[in-house]
Amino acid sequence: MTANGWFQIALFLALILAVTKPLGVFMARVFSREQTFLDPIARPVERLIYRLTGVDEQHEMRWTEYAVAMLLFSAVSMLVLYGMQRLQGVLPLNPQKLPGVSPAHLAFNTAASFTTNTNWQAYSGETTMSYFTQMAGLAYHNFVSAAVGIALAIAFIRGVARRQMQTIGNFWVDMVRASLWVLLPFCVIGTLFLVSQGVVQNLRPYDTVKLVEPQHAQVTGPDGKIAVETISEQSIAQGPVASQEIIKEWGTNGGGFFNANSAHPFENPTPLSNLIELFSIFAVSSGLTYTLGRMTGSQKHGWAVWAAMAVLFAVGVSTVYWAEGKGNPLLAGADQRPTSMQSGGNMEGKEVRFGIANSALWATATTDASCGAINGWHDSFTPLGGMVLLVNIMLSEVIFGGVGAGMYGMLIYIVLTVFIAGLMVGRTPEYLGKKIEAYDVKMAMLVALIFPLVILVLSAISSVNGFGTSAILNPGPHGLTEILYAYTSGAGNNGSAFGGLAVNSPWYDTTIGLTMLAGRFLMIIPMLAIAGNLAQKKYVPPSLGTFPVTTLLFTVLLIGVIIIVGALTFFPALSLGPILEHLLMQAGKTF
Amino acid sequence: MKKNITISVLMTIVTTALLGLIYPLAMTAVSQLLFRDKANGQLIVRDGTVIGSRIIGQPFTGAGYFHSRPSAAGSGYDAANSGGTNLGPTNQKLIDRVRQNSASLQQENPNAPVPIDLVTTSASGLDPDVTPAAAYFQVPRVARERHLNEEQVELLVQAHIEPRQFGILGESRVNVLELNLALDRLARR
Repeated sequence: MTANGWFQIALFLALILAVTKPLGVFMARVFSREQTFLDPIARPVERLIYRLTGVDEQHEMRWTEYAVAMLLFSAVSMLVLYGMQRLQGVLPLNPQKLPGVSPAHLAFNTAASFTTNTNWQAYSGETTMSYFTQMAGLAYHNFVSAAVGIALAIAFIRGVARRQMQTIGNFWVDMVRASLWVLLPFCVIGTLFLVSQGVVQNLRPYDTVKLVEPQHAQVTGPDGKIAVETISEQSIAQGPVASQEIIKEWGTNGGGFFNANSAHPFENPTPLSNLIELFSIFAVSSGLTYTLGRMTGSQKHGWAVWAAMAVLFAVGVSTVYWAEGKGNPLLAGADQRPTSMQSGGNMEGKEVRFGIANSALWATATTDASCGAINGWHDSFTPLGGMVLLVNIMLSEVIFGGVGAGMYGMLIYIVLTVFIAGLMVGRTPEYLGKKIEAYDVKMAMLVALIFPLVILVLSAISSVNGFGTSAILNPGPHGLTEILYAYTSGAGNNGSAFGGLAVNSPWYDTTIGLTMLAGRFLMIIPMLAIAGNLAQKKYVPPSLGTFPVTTLLFTVLLIGVIIIVGALTFFPALSLGPILEHLLMQAGKTF
Repeated sequence: MKKNITISVLMTIVTTALLGLIYPLAMTAVSQLLFRDKANGQLIVRDGTVIGSRIIGQPFTGAGYFHSRPSAAGSGYDAANSGGTNLGPTNQKLIDRVRQNSASLQQENPNAPVPIDLVTTSASGLDPDVTPAAAYFQVPRVARERHLNEEQVELLVQAHIEPRQFGILGESRVNVLELNLALDRLARR
């Protein structure tokens, strides 16, 4: 750990703090249909889209219609993505002549993954996907799955803000406005910025270059014999990377163009590109806390929520930085101390230009948010460093969280918090002038229960059956962590992985695919039900017995509820995985 | 319901055209106009042959070159197949590999501790850099093999240290391919 490392982490948080208000105000204006500086460009495009698709932009939807429209759009676009992958062999923009994606369970898994904003990748980008599939299939879903997430968060906020109304907005309008105002303009600027740093953006076939020093490598032939082969060329994968890279972070998607994701020099070439991408992971979600405050007329509440997120982030990143900086005590013989000449620490699966601080920072941010892009391999992190990443997802990614998804996930915790506070003082709980009643709490509990249920049941099945355990790369307690991480990442719609687990098998592709769908849609429906129910309630002015949601006490209580509900559920599983591994590592035990 | 089905289909088509085709293709065109070299991967040409990308690592294992980090991309530095080992911290394979590599490197240069990045694989398998510590560590071997004196090679390393961006961001580093190309030029003189 170095002073500079801490400074870089603080700088990042300061940038996020700085963008929260301007972006929050902007989004509140966009979704309240007030004027913004982008209207002259975006408004004509918006009108054209409505004319082509037959959307009536004045139409208001009840929560049920909102949910149905969202589900239909997700279903149709998911089917298209499935078809596109299977047929990419005959589609254009495929200079490497990559065949259609097979087997079918891989294409299903990937379609579910990108539709749900998870971007779990059971495939390797540069050897599997054509440029057409990357652009029109995968990057496209990076946009719309993020736009859907933002739309849902706004719908929920409207549910809190509206009084005695039956409707919570129009799904199509919210989704289109999220795309045209919030996502696309930043991505246009961001793409060019990333290209200026060295992220590639082309449609060339892969380049073949002559190595400066040809290499001799041992290869095992098909007959099992070992032969020495001279390698004198390097094939360099290319593609329209920058345009996908920026939405991958700005929309907290996380699906890399290349297998190595944001560790690949063509996705993330410099420390500055790293900072811009990191900033993009948190910006929209942080801004949405301000939007929440503004649209519900309680700006202090927005900041109280932001503070809870920031505290949890700071605790997480400090722990990971400490754990990774300390290094791996089992790697005797190599120097892991930080000096002015090296950042030291646990460098297995990390890049030199990022070192320990930026690898720890990125890993924390990507799991706090439901991003899942990586710039170092989580599987090779120390047991405690890796555990923090896993816990971040287990808290259902409300530490800033996925665009939109973080906000509506947090609102579920807020409902539970005011409910518990109400129980403590013996009064009907209220949230910003709305009585929280049995129906709302039941729906919130449904969300809080489905998530661990899916993760723990499927992890348990996988860890005691051959079809599950045969995929493990790292034996011992680490193997259990690999499985646990896979289902947690799927259910949390994160998409990062303990990548050693060989997940492209019928069992994992299918169950993780279903987990991702459950983790998205089974959460959204009860959440929208609460929104619809809140919207039609009467406003109750605050009284002496109302638990204020704008104070430090609220922030502390909210953090407490997140940790109790989120982390304690998983504590037994964690103690068998990363905690046990940490203790054994300290004792010098290997596997 | 029926209306929303129609909208779903049309919306998928229209937004795919805008966000999935027009946006990336327009970005490609503008990038090619403004940042042609960067957008195409910063390829290096020497004597009329493309010999690599400035920001993609290459394997160097001969004693007369500065070595890159170990790589798990394909058979090593396969830039069409990026990736890491994913070996966990208590995996015996990782510990054995690091121990063996450290021991043999220590023999090459007994006077300095073995820098951790030189015995660990990178995340991409294509890391173009090593730490300054790892570059300095290899100076005695390279100087010996190239019949250069150590001060000369040390100066070359020093000139190739890329400091933190703006003095703050990331970590200081040495681009191995560029360092080795400079070494070739120095040795040829």
